[in-house]
Amino acid sequence: MNSLWAVTTATLVKDIRLEWRSKDALNAMLFFSLLVVVIFMFSFDPLAEESRHIVGGLVWVSFLFASVTALNQTWARELRNQVLDAYRVSPAPANALFLAKVLGNFIFVSVLEALMTPLFVIFYNVRVLGPAWQLIPIALLGTWALVVNGTFFAAISLRTRSREIMLPLLLFPVSIPAVIAMVAGTTSILTGEESAHFYLVLLLTYDVVFTTACLALFGTILHAE
Amino acid sequence: MKNFTATRSVLTVSNVIKQFGRFAALRGVTAEFDAGRFHAILGENGAGKTTLLRALAGLAQPTRGEISIFGKSPREACRDIGYMAHPSLLYDEMSGMENLRYFASLYGIADNNIRCEDVIRSVGLDPDLTRAVGQYSQGMRQRMSLARAILHDPRVLLLDEPFSNVDVHSAQAMVGLLKGMRDAGKTVFVITHQAALLEGVADEFVWMQAGQIVDRTSTLARAGVR
Repeated sequence: MNSLWAVTTATLVKDIRLEWRSKDALNAMLFFSLLVVVIFMFSFDPLAEESRHIVGGLVWVSFLFASVTALNQTWARELRNQVLDAYRVSPAPANALFLAKVLGNFIFVSVLEALMTPLFVIFYNVRVLGPAWQLIPIALLGTWALVVNGTFFAAISLRTRSREIMLPLLLFPVSIPAVIAMVAGTTSILTGEESAHFYLVLLLTYDVVFTTACLALFGTILHAE
Repeated sequence: MKNFTATRSVLTVSNVIKQFGRFAALRGVTAEFDAGRFHAILGENGAGKTTLLRALAGLAQPTRGEISIFGKSPREACRDIGYMAHPSLLYDEMSGMENLRYFASLYGIADNNIRCEDVIRSVGLDPDLTRAVGQYSQGMRQRMSLARAILHDPRVLLLDEPFSNVDVHSAQAMVGLLKGMRDAGKTVFVITHQAALLEGVADEFVWMQAGQIVDRTSTLARAGVR
């Protein structure tokens, strides 16, 4: 059996190369997030105090919906020319493919967040009253929660006829606890009204549980017909 | 023709049934195939050829029955199997060399640059070609797809319509390459609708119809089919 890490790295590098050349996922995500920022900016003009209470929800819902486009792209690439079959007939471990896809999506969504967060801050006049550094672990754990489940459910919906519709139907209900933790944690940090510690622990637990479950089940999903 | 005295059964298919819902694509296929031989699998569309090949490659799990390759299940024997499907199984956005380097990493092939260059040359392509595979002609893509299938030097080659959409000259070149592999001891299975290309090359013609193997002949001559 090849080393898990070697195949993961090779697959990740390949995915980044493909995305760099096509920019399919990043362009779609950026366009969607920009639309959300602009539409909501024109829809209402909140005061700084109000912004602190709503921006957490706006940001994460925007990233959640935007990430779905990247998640669909992840596996769409493997379906063109049935390239996934070339992986399935190889001795490479199934989890290496899954980890590479999760890491790739994590990087793509993180790039989106890095580009879009300043826009949210500027357009919604956000000033952080709580410990701002805690936004980083919230973002990292929250993004991981989105992409680990998203990558897994995107793989499940691969063989369904309307996979673009199936993915959100499968992903969003399962993501509710993580999204609540992300939104509430972000809001508590922005407003400084309460500690985000509970939400960080909740996200960490969620990530560990779902990453373990996805890794345990992915081999079955990959080799299913 | 090769001397078959040293051949042995490399691949056994025991009463394999493959159902898709209520439709049975394979209906109790039983066969033994010898090592180091060139098997051409023939039959009309829907005869079950591709399903059989996918089952041999471990991509389709039989509903019933067993497949053994060198005494192992197809998944366990994956290092010994090279599979070429009707689609290219290549990333259109990457060059041939980039594709092969990636697939070499899946097989843990050391010095994969050298190996990839050798394999690309062996199918008559230029390893320095930087064009993306998506811009290749159909014939070049088929040859690159064959290069991917033989990259890890498998003992059994499963090829699904390798000559489709390929001009006669390229197809004959591919046949020559496959013949050389058979002569080097590989066991080759080829599904094709261009059986005439394999006349005098294939050691056996396996005829399929309605999900079953109905005949096995050493020449293309078979009542009513040519």
